[in-house]
Amino acid sequence: MTMRVNFTVNGRQQQADDVWEGESLLYVLRERLGLPGSKNACEQGECGSCTVRLDGVPVCSCLVAAGQVEGRDVVTVEGLADFARQRAEHGHGGRQRAEHGHGGCATGACGTPLQEARRWSAGGTDSQTGEGAELSPVQQAFIDAGAVQCGFCTPGLLVAADELLERNASPSDADIREALSGNLCRCTGYEKILDAVRLAAARQGEAV
Amino acid sequence: MDFLRPASWEEALAAKAEHPAAVPIAGGTDIMVEINFDHRRPEHLLDLNRITELSEWEVGGESVRLGASVPYTRIMEDLRTELPGLALASHTVASPQIRNRGGVGGNLGTASPAGDAHPALLAAGAEVEAESVRGSRLIPIDAFYTGVKRNALAPDELIRAVHVKKADGPQQYAKVGTRNAMVIAVCAFGIALHPGTRTVRTGIGSAAPTPVRAEAAEEFLSAALEEGGCWDSGGAITPSVAKRFAELASGACNPIDDVRGTARYRRHAVGIMARRTLGWTWEQYRRSGRTLEGAA
Repeated sequence: MTMRVNFTVNGRQQQADDVWEGESLLYVLRERLGLPGSKNACEQGECGSCTVRLDGVPVCSCLVAAGQVEGRDVVTVEGLADFARQRAEHGHGGRQRAEHGHGGCATGACGTPLQEARRWSAGGTDSQTGEGAELSPVQQAFIDAGAVQCGFCTPGLLVAADELLERNASPSDADIREALSGNLCRCTGYEKILDAVRLAAARQGEAV
Repeated sequence: MDFLRPASWEEALAAKAEHPAAVPIAGGTDIMVEINFDHRRPEHLLDLNRITELSEWEVGGESVRLGASVPYTRIMEDLRTELPGLALASHTVASPQIRNRGGVGGNLGTASPAGDAHPALLAAGAEVEAESVRGSRLIPIDAFYTGVKRNALAPDELIRAVHVKKADGPQQYAKVGTRNAMVIAVCAFGIALHPGTRTVRTGIGSAAPTPVRAEAAEEFLSAALEEGGCWDSGGAITPSVAKRFAELASGACNPIDDVRGTARYRRHAVGIMARRTLGWTWEQYRRSGRTLEGAA
């Protein structure tokens, strides 16, 4: 038996068909909706590479059963730039947004359409600097701080770091370490990642 | 496989009665790992996420009725005063992502000896509220763990909540692992001072087939404190009393050698944690002017 799951992804209503009952949200995002930004690594909640926001809350999408997201709101790394922009413009972050419930944004003007999300890349016109691509502040900070090496852990770290800065504008180093403690990186030694979050926080502070 | 999505608690109980082998899924942090790795293929998954009351708690006069699905994050942030031991234990669970999904109901349902909540529940004193279409009952936490990953639930029962005694004194929790985050306990120890009844309760994790209390250690310490008039005087605990308490806690273990540690190491570490957490809680009790307020 399979089932159909209706839920909001990056502010737009989506429908996934032929979903197996034991399937994870991660599988649905990657294999049914064509959104490979959330990475599949450990499949046991150890690495955080598949981190997404579920009704505003960071979770490992590999440990959420697909059927559990029916009618709920998911933000993936592909929608992070739009999500951060809307938060800056309208002040609606994840939790407030979840209250829109079914259908995400009422006007349909916000959010990231599936086709756009599938094509999303940090490349822009210059993949080294991110020039020309629409990036969330935390994504830009990761590029500027050199916090990306192989890139596999990056999507999960971006979603987790963005959520940290949403609820804590000036986190201490201990706050950053704790918020990112569920995300493993095997390349960077974490120092550049910490730099990137500090940089994003400092820029956020300047902008206010 | 069938995915059952009851919209209410009554519907969930009816579904569990109809399919006693159905596996409940709330945070999914245990069961999804087993499904992802093909270790388990239940015929029915029973999703409890739509039942909002499972994620709520009520603070009563004596205890907190903690919904089975209240995420560890909420316990850490919102119940520190009432349940300091459980709040500390919750903070040692995995990572923020896991703490945002997992709750005590899952720990109890899985009943792994390594579950982080168990020592804190044993030390604080708790009752598990189990319910089926036949009715509701409260299972004392001491009678809940019946074997390795086994518990006292009947096949048609679901965990509605756990009633945890509000702290009437300092509580502490310690856990040994290879790092701070994302680690399953090598062993763990919880302690709660109960000045109201002049007793001490403990809980040991991951050092026996089930979570256990160190009852001989509790009795020894309670007697020593009583004899020394320590509850009233706030007098220091002598090194020899602390040492004996640690030895008895160590003796309550019945551990195995496994990939995470040897039995000998676990016995040793539980003794160390018992002595340290006793020191921390007793100092806090003395400093706090021996009020009945708990703190973490």
